[in-house]
Amino acid sequence: MSTTTSEPAPTRAAQDRADGVPAAPARTPLAVLLAVGVAVLVATVLVAVTIGPADLSVSEVARSIGGHLGLDVVPVERLRDAIVWELRLPRVLTAAAVGAGLALAGAVMQSLTRNPLADPYLLGLSSGASLGAVAVLVVGVGLLLPVAAFAGALAALAATLALARTGGTLTPGRAVLAGLAVSQLCAAGTSFVIFWTATGDSYREILSWLLGSLAGSTWQSVAISAPAVLVVGTVLVLAGLRLDAFAFGDTAAAALGIDVDRTRWTLLTLVALLTGAMVAVSGAIGFVGLVLPHAVGSLTGPAHRRLLPVAAVTGAVFLVWADTLARTVFDPRELPVGIVTALVGVPVFAVLLRRRGGSAWT
Amino acid sequence: MDLTPYPVRVDGVRVRLGGRWVVDEVDATPPAGRLTGLLGPNGAGKTTLLRTVAGLLVPDGGAVLVGDDSQDVRALPRRERARRVALLEQESSSTVPLTVREVVALGRTPFRTLWGADDDAEAVHRALATAGVAELADRLWSTLSGGERQRVHVARALAQEPSLLLLDEPTNHLDVSAQLSLLGFVRSLGTTTVAALHDLNLAAAFCDHVLLLHRGRLVASGTPEQVLTPARLREVYDVDADVLVHPRTGRPVIALAGRAEADA
Repeated sequence: MSTTTSEPAPTRAAQDRADGVPAAPARTPLAVLLAVGVAVLVATVLVAVTIGPADLSVSEVARSIGGHLGLDVVPVERLRDAIVWELRLPRVLTAAAVGAGLALAGAVMQSLTRNPLADPYLLGLSSGASLGAVAVLVVGVGLLLPVAAFAGALAALAATLALARTGGTLTPGRAVLAGLAVSQLCAAGTSFVIFWTATGDSYREILSWLLGSLAGSTWQSVAISAPAVLVVGTVLVLAGLRLDAFAFGDTAAAALGIDVDRTRWTLLTLVALLTGAMVAVSGAIGFVGLVLPHAVGSLTGPAHRRLLPVAAVTGAVFLVWADTLARTVFDPRELPVGIVTALVGVPVFAVLLRRRGGSAWT
Repeated sequence: MDLTPYPVRVDGVRVRLGGRWVVDEVDATPPAGRLTGLLGPNGAGKTTLLRTVAGLLVPDGGAVLVGDDSQDVRALPRRERARRVALLEQESSSTVPLTVREVVALGRTPFRTLWGADDDAEAVHRALATAGVAELADRLWSTLSGGERQRVHVARALAQEPSLLLLDEPTNHLDVSAQLSLLGFVRSLGTTTVAALHDLNLAAAFCDHVLLLHRGRLVASGTPEQVLTPARLREVYDVDADVLVHPRTGRPVIALAGRAEADA
């Protein structure tokens, strides 16, 4: 083997044969997966914007966007331009950002807690956000909804971590149990507020928020969710590379030179920030963060270098289409997108469960 | 595979866990480049001592000194330490669907930068070949037998290119032949190795040096002949045993007659 090092690097297959090692089953290179994913995402955004009560063409959409970006294009008729730029594009972009954020946060949470059923809301984030949002919607606490939801998410996370740490170190199992307790408490608080004060009108608004909805998306939503995904998400992907070393547990990770506690705190904080921002603009959309990491994992393999970026792109594409369905299937009425993600997510989950045969979920 | 054996000295190490001295004033010098057996009944402190030597536990007293310049293992930066010292835990298992190659590649973690290291594939390859598991490289780890898993774990440790190899009951759950081949292989590596072992006869047959722990204290150290005497086995393991000489290898053989109390 040492003789091969000085020569031009042989292909891995040739090298493998020389040593009698069969070549690994070819996994699609990350660059290819990402290139395809991003291309599909761009196409998805352009096409999804055309779909809706007013029929638009991809060319109109592209021209409208181009016009607003200051490109020299044939202008689009004003009303149609407003549909693209004011209504549909912010919503589609929010869906893409939220989908990417949830899938990424879910993938990290599953590895971090070594629990395949973990999702971004596991540590009480969504129920805390719900309580904050419901307080605004019903009681009229004088805060912007996204701010209240974000504050609620962080408060719930703080409570979870404080509870998980009492009398011991932060372990995945303790964090999950503490998150469960905090979730239940917040859910009880939310129910109480609704039961005590909600009227018929606010009821539907609350329900749609609790189920997760992108109906109210504006450029403000994009301004919250997109930078959160791009900035926090990038840091999370880089920090998440260390998660590979946790495959055989904490001690094994420590023996490989990983600072286990610091890694866990860093990742939990990043996931909380990211999820908090997502929940703030869209409510608690379920199943994206639970199912997509598994589905993507069966394509990329478990290495986080591959899994995390591909999960983010796939989540973006998935949620854009789920939301497009949610707003068009029963037109003119809208479904909360959380119902669509559940309707798609549960069967996918069932298929994955069958295929895995319990190997990872015993 | 070239491994530079590390001198290691355990100097008055004490570890307190759960209000109890699990390791108490242990002084030991496992010989560099040799296989040292760490013996003792359940709860004697073997695992705790190994973790302390690996630098994963902070001793409440004393220190573990490694390398030619006798550096405190705790003073080494984490990644630096992981490039010198490899620890294989007892019962190390994973539910992540990794291939054998991916498991072994985990051993390269301390060498990896954000952009990956050039030497990675080569080192993984060498580790797979040295541990004799090259033909398993593309199997899923979860489909391996117990013996194969242990060998893959050793390959993962070898991918760290360690100067000090620490093994916690590596022969657990292996059949007799797999136990012999694993220990024979580990001894042939020529790196400083400390292995916690339950089977006294295996230790006697393969180890150059043995350390006998009892309730956190080191009660004897030396060659298997020096340490494994009937009196010590009675004191530490509570057994009535004769120590014979193997007719062909000349190594000590421990023949158990029964529990010590039954005899008294």
